Amino acid sequence: MPTVIVDGKDIEIGAHERLNCIEVARRAGVEIPHYCWHPGLSVVASCRMCLIETGTRDAATGKITMMPKLVPGCQTPAKDGTVIVTDTALVKDSRARVEEALLIDHPIDCSICDKAGECLLQDYHFEHGQAERRTDLNPFHSRRRDVGPTVTLFVDRCIMCTRCVRFTREVSGTSELMVINRGSKEEIAVFPGFPLDNKLSGNVVDLCPVGALGDKDFLYQQRVWFLKRESNVCGGCSAGCSIVTEHNQDTVYRLKPRENPHVNKWWMCDDGRYGWHHLHDPARLLSAGRLVSSNDDHETVEWSDVTTRLRQDLSGAGRLAVAVSPMLTLEEAWMLCAVARSIDQQAALFVGHVPVSGSDESFPGGFTIRAEKCPNRIGVEAVVALFEPEIRGWNELVRAVGAGEYDAAWITAGYPHAWIDDTTAAPFGKLRLLVVQDLFESPLSKLATWRLPAAGFAERAGTWVNVAHRAQVFAAAVRAPAGVWPEGRLYWNMLGRRGLYDPAAVRRQIAESSAALAALGGDLPAVGVDLRVDQLASS
Amino acid sequence: MTTFQPVLLEAVGVAGSHTLESYRSRGGYAPLERMLKENQPADVIELVKSSGLRGRGGAGFPTGLKWTFLPKDHPGPIYLCINADESEPGTFNNRILMEDDPHQVIEGIILSAYATRATTAYLYLRYEYPLCWDRLQGAIDEAYAAGLLGKNIQGSGFSLDLYLHRGAAAYICGEETGLIESLEGKRAWPRIKPPFPAIEGLFRKPTVVNNIETMACVAQIARRGVEWFRSIGVPSDPNNPRDPGSYGPKLYCLSGHVERPGCYEAPLGITARQLIDGQGGGVWKGRKAKAVIPGGISMGLMTEAELDTPLDFAGPGKVGCLGLGTAAVVVIDETVSIVDFLHNSCRFFAHESCGQCTPCREGTAWSLRMLERIRAGKGRLKDLDLLAEIGNTMGMMPGSTICGLADGAAWPIKNAIKKFRGEFEDYIKRTNPSGWMVTDPVPALQIVGAH
Repeated sequence: MPTVIVDGKDIEIGAHERLNCIEVARRAGVEIPHYCWHPGLSVVASCRMCLIETGTRDAATGKITMMPKLVPGCQTPAKDGTVIVTDTALVKDSRARVEEALLIDHPIDCSICDKAGECLLQDYHFEHGQAERRTDLNPFHSRRRDVGPTVTLFVDRCIMCTRCVRFTREVSGTSELMVINRGSKEEIAVFPGFPLDNKLSGNVVDLCPVGALGDKDFLYQQRVWFLKRESNVCGGCSAGCSIVTEHNQDTVYRLKPRENPHVNKWWMCDDGRYGWHHLHDPARLLSAGRLVSSNDDHETVEWSDVTTRLRQDLSGAGRLAVAVSPMLTLEEAWMLCAVARSIDQQAALFVGHVPVSGSDESFPGGFTIRAEKCPNRIGVEAVVALFEPEIRGWNELVRAVGAGEYDAAWITAGYPHAWIDDTTAAPFGKLRLLVVQDLFESPLSKLATWRLPAAGFAERAGTWVNVAHRAQVFAAAVRAPAGVWPEGRLYWNMLGRRGLYDPAAVRRQIAESSAALAALGGDLPAVGVDLRVDQLASS
Repeated sequence: MTTFQPVLLEAVGVAGSHTLESYRSRGGYAPLERMLKENQPADVIELVKSSGLRGRGGAGFPTGLKWTFLPKDHPGPIYLCINADESEPGTFNNRILMEDDPHQVIEGIILSAYATRATTAYLYLRYEYPLCWDRLQGAIDEAYAAGLLGKNIQGSGFSLDLYLHRGAAAYICGEETGLIESLEGKRAWPRIKPPFPAIEGLFRKPTVVNNIETMACVAQIARRGVEWFRSIGVPSDPNNPRDPGSYGPKLYCLSGHVERPGCYEAPLGITARQLIDGQGGGVWKGRKAKAVIPGGISMGLMTEAELDTPLDFAGPGKVGCLGLGTAAVVVIDETVSIVDFLHNSCRFFAHESCGQCTPCREGTAWSLRMLERIRAGKGRLKDLDLLAEIGNTMGMMPGSTICGLADGAAWPIKNAIKKFRGEFEDYIKRTNPSGWMVTDPVPALQIVGAH
């Protein structure tokens, strides 16, 4: 195996791995500071923060020959016998000088900067900078430039790493951002009339190592050190991007992409990034209600009563059809099917409405926004297939209800956007019993006997299977609003199971009952597992 | 001292020297026609290699060796770029060649393209040279009409298209990868190496970048032979196996405080004093030289005592300068304040730094700020230490930048501070009697832009 020597420590790397010195040093637990390098972008080696000393170790004699000058760690490939030294006085002085240079024109307005607390310039200065200021003192200056509908630029904070410029050229392929002027007067800008306006624009804020690019949605909303971070999966489309939900006191403040080479790499789209506002929409359904026939209105029912009364109502209603929403997690879907079958052994299980908008949108950087605007169709189909001989969808359910084939229906939804019109909903009015579980009022919920609130994506826990059959497990980031039981909790209780809803226990049960889903049995890695790979292995 | 007969500049002063007819009458293009018939590309490379020709653009890299770095049996295209972005302050040798003898350059280009198997050549011309543009475009048109450019040149089967490209006036476009980026229509930010242009250059194809004067030398080597070329100049140092020697004639651009400034052709190895006192007619107004720039401002400074240094590729380095550079010798007489000189130099580089690498972008601007302040009578002795530190740490040689622009910005700073520190200290103490000893940060001055 090729061996790289990092600060005197031998690190073995894979025979065919192409790594730079920063990546190899990281494996040795050594952080080489860097600004301009990003694994998802081309290498420019211009910030010069990652300068290190390198050399080669002769395989036969073990003699080490060092290069006479500093080299950028990002640009230097680590090969067998490469020697990386990061802790010499030469390296430390060089880092201190780069930090000093970057601060010459920086306003140092950390106290009013959104990035403070997660700023590389701050962090590196504490670690590598020098305590004393040697450059002349500038009067305070801070200019703000609007670069697009979602992003604002604090011009003077910029350190010219050009990550954002490269992102718009290489990943989004839209090339809105550019460098203007020359030398120390360089600035990031857009051409007049061509703002930074693409579906991936929010990523440039994540890429910015300093506080230059600000997200208008998050600007001045919360200090980052108050935020708690929960690994999560975006529910905006069937791509199922790995994300981090950043929240405080059950309020979501922003979503950030979480690196996942199998799904979204380092990116997420703006639809997903800003697609959490519905969680805190005051129009959300916040209590379980049952229709009172005397006054044609819904009365609030305590959750402890919902489990028994709902079961009673459904038991006496006749032939039952259930729509299993692709917004539900695998565990919730499975428990819903189990609840339905425990009430009516003949209950018909349909895959719920699958919202589709436009067509798939692909970007040069290998990122795709899916047209299918739900996160778990594949997973729900897999679950329904465990109970039903064939998969039937929403349209068939609508037709069957219209044809009077069922007496009762339990429709789970949970869509963040309006999804059903009066015409489609009308046939459901003829049913003897209609249970609707949704985030918002809809033409359908108006007809419902039982109107149950649903949980939003960050409030659910469980597993989603994306369009590429990759199953990702996540925990709830925030609690559902007061008065709302997430679906998992309701079904868990309706199944008469004890204690708190435990998605892992349900998942194990699913894995044991199905060869197709057996891969869900163990602990899943943070990047998820590909269910098809497992099927290939077991077949 | 025997007078040296100019070769590269033989056409200067001849009426109509820029025309094909005039060039033909001086024996031009005959060697090209002969070599296209009788010689293989490898022979041309061997010819240039054995002549010991080193690039005239500034770095002095052996030209023949550079050509051999091209990948063997490459399916093509291979590109030849001619660097005529002559932006180094004090330098105008390329301009003379392009204005007065463009066909000499074009013959060299055709020969070099033949040697490197390039079928497309780009001549990257500095924006500020309108006469060169006219003369070159005229010469290129003449050459196409005469079948010296285009398809199947002189029935040899070799084809070459030569395009004249005019830059937009930026110093950084003279850096070879900056030039390539600019030719591709991008911002002239020098590329990281490797890959070197010989492997992956213009449009990601193998590329050779050569200077105008180098091309003229190739034409003359083809006409006069290797022995002639090697009879001129300084042989390699036997004690230094890595010294390829400095052969051939060189165009020295003499300017500044001399009686007769101009572009002079002399054998490599002439000393600065010989050049100034001989061709230049001495320092003007009977004064003494205080300092001399050996080869463009980025090469640093020689003091009066160092003027006997030979101006070959190895000479200026021995007295602490960066190198021979473009051989633009600028004389600074004893009345000039070295503070003013350094301020001017720093202003130039702060203006021309492309802004890609942090140490150069911020270092050039910081040094300018300090010199502005020193000249405003608010200097501190500490500034000299800071300037020296910038000079010593900024550049490709310490590894802190991608290209050599920063080295060029650093050398005048460190040479001036090292060789004229006393004058700086006197200046600071005299102009800032109450504050020269301060070491705490002081308020910055408002900088007035260069333009």
